[in-house]
Amino acid sequence: MTTIRRFEEESARAYAQGKIGGFLHLYIGQEAIAVGAAHALRDGDHVFQTYRDHGIALALGMTPRAGMAELFGKDTGCSRGLGGSMHFFDVENGFFGGWGIVGGHLALAAGAAFKSKYLNDGKVTICFFGEGATNIGGFHEAMSLAGLWKLPIVFVCENNQYAMGTPMSRTSAIEDLTLKAAGYGMIGDRFEGHDIDTTTSRLQLAVDRARNGGGPTFIEVQTYRFRGHSMSDPAKYRSRAELEERKKSDPCHIARTRLMEAGITEDQLDDIDVEIDTQIDDAIKFANESPPASEAFMHNSVYAPSLITDPHRYDPTNGGQA
Amino acid sequence: MPEMNLVQSINSALRHEMKANDDVIVLGEDVGKVGGVFRVTKGLFDEFGADRVIDTPLAEGGIIGTAIGMALYGLRPVPEIQFSDFIFPAFDQIVSEAAKFRYRSGGEYTCPMVIRTPVGGGIRGGHYHSQSPESLFIHTAGLKVVCPSNPYDAKGLLLSAIRDDDPIMFFEPKRVYRAVKMEVPEEEFTVPIGKAKVVKEGKDVTVIAWGAMLFEALASAQEVAENDGVDAEVIDLRTLWPVDIDTIVESVKKTGRVVIVHEAPKACGFGAELLSLISEKAFLHLEAPPKRVTGWDTPFPYTLEMEYLPLQHRITPALIETVRF
Repeated sequence: MTTIRRFEEESARAYAQGKIGGFLHLYIGQEAIAVGAAHALRDGDHVFQTYRDHGIALALGMTPRAGMAELFGKDTGCSRGLGGSMHFFDVENGFFGGWGIVGGHLALAAGAAFKSKYLNDGKVTICFFGEGATNIGGFHEAMSLAGLWKLPIVFVCENNQYAMGTPMSRTSAIEDLTLKAAGYGMIGDRFEGHDIDTTTSRLQLAVDRARNGGGPTFIEVQTYRFRGHSMSDPAKYRSRAELEERKKSDPCHIARTRLMEAGITEDQLDDIDVEIDTQIDDAIKFANESPPASEAFMHNSVYAPSLITDPHRYDPTNGGQA
Repeated sequence: MPEMNLVQSINSALRHEMKANDDVIVLGEDVGKVGGVFRVTKGLFDEFGADRVIDTPLAEGGIIGTAIGMALYGLRPVPEIQFSDFIFPAFDQIVSEAAKFRYRSGGEYTCPMVIRTPVGGGIRGGHYHSQSPESLFIHTAGLKVVCPSNPYDAKGLLLSAIRDDDPIMFFEPKRVYRAVKMEVPEEEFTVPIGKAKVVKEGKDVTVIAWGAMLFEALASAQEVAENDGVDAEVIDLRTLWPVDIDTIVESVKKTGRVVIVHEAPKACGFGAELLSLISEKAFLHLEAPPKRVTGWDTPFPYTLEMEYLPLQHRITPALIETVRF
């Protein structure tokens, strides 16, 4: 969790320095959900995520180097520098990616879960999305299919209260989103997402249910992002007092307390923090020094190599285009 | 006369038309209290209230579908799709419903709506915040497609569009939103839909562009005038469909050479249709093979954006090659 926190803080800094461009959506405040999910899953399971994807990627095992280099648009990044913040991918760790289109990935996650059922391979898929996505058609179509086919999937709605700048109270007719689960013959669960013990145990229940043939679960995790929707959002639509109140339940502080309750000393935790700082510093250095994204790769990664028949195909001898 | 950027001039057009006509309704994601992700609808919520400036859930299909229903029953909705890359959940509603309503009801129902949406690259937005999907809509009979390049045209075209009885795709080049400021009348005026504008006259080569690329075309025209003595004529299409083919043909007959610039990929980009029309109507006037300077046939990249876009450094050599052919 601290790795995610420090990664996000440093990526915000790099963004301010102009090293990262475009859009950057930070996971600060929501760390206990991604880490809880990673604990609940086994190697070989599958995860689909929204554009707020750095946290889960790191939790599943992506190195900070590969993540930071992607943010910097470098060839060493997890998507070869062509995707950027919203499009992390990590096939080795079962991470099917971050999605820039709200609701675009839910049916795809159901498709991956279908394969697990088809092969009876014992794998589980977790699909994350925000509360805003529960209003879009893709959500309902995916839930419908997953419920009908009793797929081994867990739909995890990270309800951080704001769909970009508009609060849920102004975009949803209901407050308890798990009411939607019933319509698709699915079990619903709803809990607060800032205590790592809670997120791990409750996600574990749903993952086990999916793995044991109990079908899909819809989970609403109530959480809060401490930063704006993206770096370009000053979040003026919510009050300072509201934010400060939420920060009292900082998931990283709660995790630290839990570890100390379990007998880990403050010195030991400080040592881990220092280790993490070193790792993140190394990731920044690595991203800075890596070569830029490759123009040739950009052109040659659109189709499988044998299928390149595009008459406008990349031609480096002719200003880049035939 | 006040100076406005593109955001302000579109806001001014919306405000004017909402004051003048109670049937005009704005709806979309974050368009109300927040004023839109680019702040184009800023202040409208306070002025006209939540019934006329509607914050919707994230549901593009629902936004456009309900807007179509409003239009059929006589309102003049102006839905906003936050980025044109997000329009595809609504593509079915636009292509299957909005575009065909007049035709399939034998003219009994019309669909007077304007879908406003930011388009194009230049803000490092990556795959899903940068694309230029205009060709998909031009290819759909029943839609009009508009893409202003500057604040003045944007206000005049938007007022024409809202008063038009057909569904209109109104693409706003996001790279221009705050980059260009010019005098725009506070009061109402219109720029006709379907009329291109020759923004620089010339005799050697015709350059056709629209949206943000118009400024790149103009910069190249100036560069070749200074360095190579080439006198390029630059046309801002303003309306992509119905296209003002007369202005294009007249220019090509004069220059005999043509270069088309657009951000969208080359394959089946609007340049392909324009060149077909030019071949059909001015073939014997051509002195050189026409050229297209366009985005690559790849998804829009996060990095290498300045290589992907058909900017001045790629337009200038195309002009020279065409003239020297």
